Amino acid sequence: MAEVEGSLEPAGACPLLPLVTDGLCFTGGDRRLILDGVSFRLDDGFRTVILGPNGAGKSVLLRLCHGLLRPTAGQITWGGLSPAAAASRQGMVFQRPVLLRRSVRANIEHVLAIKGVRAGERGARVRAALERAGLARLADRPARMLSGGEQQRLSIARAWVMEPEVLLLDEPSSSLDPAATRAVEDLVREVAAGGARVIMTTHDIGQARRLADDVLFLHRGHLLEHSPASSFFAGPAHPAAARFIQGDLID
Amino acid sequence: MTDFVNAFRTAFELIVGLDPELVRIVTLSLQISLAAVLAATVIALPLGAAVALLRFPGRRAVVILLNAAMGLPPVVVGLVVYLLLSRAGPLGSFGLLFTPTAMIVAQCILVMPIIAALTRQTITDLHEEYDEYLRSVGAGPLRSIGTLIRDGRFRLLTAVLAGFGRAIAEVGAVLIVGGNIQNVTRVMTTTIALETSKGNLALALGLGLILIIVATTINGLAMAVGEAAESRHG
Ligand SMILES: Nc1ncnc2c1ncn2[C@@H]1O[C@H](COP(=O)(O)OP(=O)(O)O)[C@@H](O)[C@H]1O
Ligand SMILES: [Mg+2]
Repeated sequence: MAEVEGSLEPAGACPLLPLVTDGLCFTGGDRRLILDGVSFRLDDGFRTVILGPNGAGKSVLLRLCHGLLRPTAGQITWGGLSPAAAASRQGMVFQRPVLLRRSVRANIEHVLAIKGVRAGERGARVRAALERAGLARLADRPARMLSGGEQQRLSIARAWVMEPEVLLLDEPSSSLDPAATRAVEDLVREVAAGGARVIMTTHDIGQARRLADDVLFLHRGHLLEHSPASSFFAGPAHPAAARFIQGDLID
Repeated sequence: MTDFVNAFRTAFELIVGLDPELVRIVTLSLQISLAAVLAATVIALPLGAAVALLRFPGRRAVVILLNAAMGLPPVVVGLVVYLLLSRAGPLGSFGLLFTPTAMIVAQCILVMPIIAALTRQTITDLHEEYDEYLRSVGAGPLRSIGTLIRDGRFRLLTAVLAGFGRAIAEVGAVLIVGGNIQNVTRVMTTTIALETSKGNLALALGLGLILIIVATTINGLAMAVGEAAESRHG
């Protein structure tokens, strides 16, 4: 993505970035190291995929970045802000959608109300969000009765409706079939095209290939590699990453 | 055997003919139990939610106490309330013993822990599920509690109905603090107990039938509420 001249840069272009982590460690309840010395820097203008097998620590890393967990050691800053301070300008989509026992529409309204959007303004924003996610005709259905793919699209729409500067997604299509996965990926592309910085996790190499501009390869709590997607998929530097993208089962 | 058949026939006649004595007893029963459950709910909902959501010293003890209190023996509750309200007791000056108010107090004590414990469980489960979402979107404590109560409303209603079911069917506590005084504190259960022992089976049977209808209606309602919630929201 070409950088615009400094003076022409649109005001407020993602001041949350760069995301910088330094020596990030997280210890689980049984004193096991789940993340061990993870350091990286993410700048603006990319779709980043955190790739790694199950149990690598991807979800924990994303929760740390969003301020839902506290690191045992190390630093996280979003353009200088702490994760807690930056969280309100981010959207988060969980691996298992957390949907309220309400209608599709009421799920979106809930976030708008929390963020202080005036009641009169909410209707139009709900409609726009559902439209973008292809859920407009399901607005009055109970959210938890939707299909898995529709539920995840609703989660994305709900995270997106506040137009966050950063959208974090934790394996948003890990339990979906190919058609539903494609719909989710299309939506993620649209979010990114709309200007949100997308950071998502996946264990699906194909998905990483389709969506990533750059890849963080995480394995057993270690960040083994951080490269642009093109060079990562052409030939990863780390042997474990090479075996992983060849489809070997690493653990 | 003919006694028995006669008793049944008379019982039906009492019900169908809306016998004034029977109607008075049923009405008082419903009034007392409704008031008791209402008062218990007002205490139990915030208490259950607080125990579910707040971390304070002694919280575990409160949880254990609430769960244990779900099985309080009604006669013991009756005895304690009796001691409190009797002329020599600490609250004796209010002159509440052998009044409907005393019965409401006793039933309230009996069902409050049930509603509170079920509320705590409901809110705990929902909170576990919603917590990360609520924190992610920056919901404050009041908003969070409101969301949990609203989304738990079907299960909370079931808890209230369970409380009502226990209150209306209970005999020990209200017998002790109410005294089964005709036209004043006679409710369905106490009347059944005493009329049976006096051999007046007709009134006892008539009230028994109504009590069964009330109890099964409450249970049916609770089931319907649960199923409606399940089919609507999963
Ligand atoms: N909140 C948490 N606290 C402690 N340990 C956790 C927590 N969440 C996950 N873990 C543990 O961390 C390890 C990595 O989990 P996770 O980040 O979910 O992996 P991934 O998302 O890459 O599959 C697992 O062993 C898991 O049990
Ligand atoms: Mg995960």
